[in-house]
Amino acid sequence: MSTESLRIVWIYPDLLSTYGDRGNMLILARRAQQRGLPVEVLEVRSDQRVPASADIYLIGGGEDGPQALGAQRLLADGGLHRAVAQGSVVFGVCAGYQLLGTSFFAKGTRCTGLELLDLSSDRGPTRAVGELAGDVDPRLGIPALSGFENHGGRTHLGPGVAPLARVTAGVGNDGATEGAWRGKLLGTYSHGPALARNPALADLLLRWATGVHQLPPLDDTWSDRLRAERRASVAAAARP
Amino acid sequence: MPLRAKVASSVSRTAAALSRAAGRGDGSVIGGWIGLKIDPDLLAHLSAGRAIALISGTNGKTTTTRLTAAAVGVLGRVATNSFGANMPTGHTSALAKAGSTPYAVLEVDEHYLAQVLEATEPHVVALLNLSRDQLDRAKEVAMMAQLWRAALVRHTEVRVVANADDPMVVWAATPPPNHDHRISPPHVTWFSAGQRWHDDSWVCPECGSTIERNGEQWWCTGCPLRRPEPHWTVEDDGVVDPTGAWHKVTLSLPGKVNLGNAATALAVAAEFGVRPVDAVLKLGSVTSVAGRYAQVDRDGRNIRLLLAKNPASWLEAFDMADEAPTLLSINARDPDGLDTSWLFDVDFSPLRGRQVLITGDRAFDLAVRLDVNGVPFQHVRTFDEAVRGVPPGRLEVIANYTAFQDIRAELDRVN
Repeated sequence: MSTESLRIVWIYPDLLSTYGDRGNMLILARRAQQRGLPVEVLEVRSDQRVPASADIYLIGGGEDGPQALGAQRLLADGGLHRAVAQGSVVFGVCAGYQLLGTSFFAKGTRCTGLELLDLSSDRGPTRAVGELAGDVDPRLGIPALSGFENHGGRTHLGPGVAPLARVTAGVGNDGATEGAWRGKLLGTYSHGPALARNPALADLLLRWATGVHQLPPLDDTWSDRLRAERRASVAAAARP
Repeated sequence: MPLRAKVASSVSRTAAALSRAAGRGDGSVIGGWIGLKIDPDLLAHLSAGRAIALISGTNGKTTTTRLTAAAVGVLGRVATNSFGANMPTGHTSALAKAGSTPYAVLEVDEHYLAQVLEATEPHVVALLNLSRDQLDRAKEVAMMAQLWRAALVRHTEVRVVANADDPMVVWAATPPPNHDHRISPPHVTWFSAGQRWHDDSWVCPECGSTIERNGEQWWCTGCPLRRPEPHWTVEDDGVVDPTGAWHKVTLSLPGKVNLGNAATALAVAAEFGVRPVDAVLKLGSVTSVAGRYAQVDRDGRNIRLLLAKNPASWLEAFDMADEAPTLLSINARDPDGLDTSWLFDVDFSPLRGRQVLITGDRAFDLAVRLDVNGVPFQHVRTFDEAVRGVPPGRLEVIANYTAFQDIRAELDRVN
């Protein structure tokens, strides 16, 4: 951690916050505070500089126009790139995941991404809307991913990244893999408050940010029930 | 009316009556569905000869429609889709059922505004607000504003009554810069009904620059889009009309939000020539709207029903609700939208200090949200369990669409 407190930056909530993205910031802050970690949260609007000194950066979902504008401004700003070079954690969701790659499609044109992850996105034949589930890369040591996706993109992973999960329900990147990660950078199509259904993923980001290998467990009764209920619902939908 | 339309209209009324008699529903959709199968132009035929107002927006349209129908009622009989059946089938049912009336006030789902404008050729269209709602299938906010704008440019004869406080609405009601200046754009009357929810309008839909706010004023930092001076405003417990005269408004509905809805209703009614001094007397007669705000006494509990469908309307519901035990119920069936992410766009902290109970198909999504929000709660499986779980007195029930309908069914389809 850079200072005594954990610093979380939510990048461009004015542009990239379409689907309850605030939830990820609230969940990370709460889970850190419950472990006795002091937390500072900072919402950085698109007309403000991105500080390079924070521990965790969050980028949310958004419509095409704001996504393209967000990428342009982040490239011009350079703060996020400096933070990544210093080992900060980045968590990108949906449009925020796509723009971490080398390129993405918005409003029918190819836009340059931040080139922080070796992946590129284009348009799929159909919009992917619905439950998204997958078995997470075993190296990350967390249980299955559970989420909801709503996007028109398809994402192609290069050799420089690993898929976050193998899809068991929904589409994710391409129907086979979902999300991507490299080092302390992680992106997912599980949109909006993705961490609400995946508290272990939230703790993974906190472990990356703090360097602490084991965090004290929390009472996750309600998210466990939510995960079980969603798992049952996905299984029921899959039955003929 | 052509013979085919007459037959369609009559069959439509019969089907609606059968549906109600069979206890299958309000009959507010099925009748129109059958009628439109027989005569696809039935809505246009039923609209001919009536002076019509359309009311559209993300929130408040059912209530505003009821208030407007009451206000226009000063002039004569008004047909209206008062059960909130707000797509063309619902409009067709409502007009067929009402028979011949000089006026109609129709609530229109925002996705269908262009289509219903085309079919009904209204005298006036009221645009209330646009915010995120049912995002797994609804069009995104800027896209919806674009559709409205394109529809209004094609109907320059219609009079527009629009919310000056919502940048998306103002943009939709303003003709695009490349508009043919030989054709005068629709006449717009602006009202101010407030905007509690700002998170969908930080970016200018015209130029992509940031929208700044200061008090009630807002303006784009990159182009001329800014808040127009409203002709109708809310002041204290009344409404100021375009002449500057203040009218006291006594409503039977709770909250400041409904005072804004009343201002809108008065502005729409004025487009038909109703004087606000006459219309205000009618507004108090609206006590509940398709179960919304309805109060039911059961086992010593006074249960009040509030509908909240999306982040903006949850903020409004908290404003209306008393400091009393509160039941929250959440579903995510088709009419609600399948995605519950929006729960994290709502700040539930106003409920701290109240006894909070939760239920519904997606109660666990809500549980996680409340946990993160630091709002203690208790999960109940049934509505009865909730009623038994609170002391005698007021129980506020806030629910999203199908959860609301489920509870309304428990209370014998209270209106």
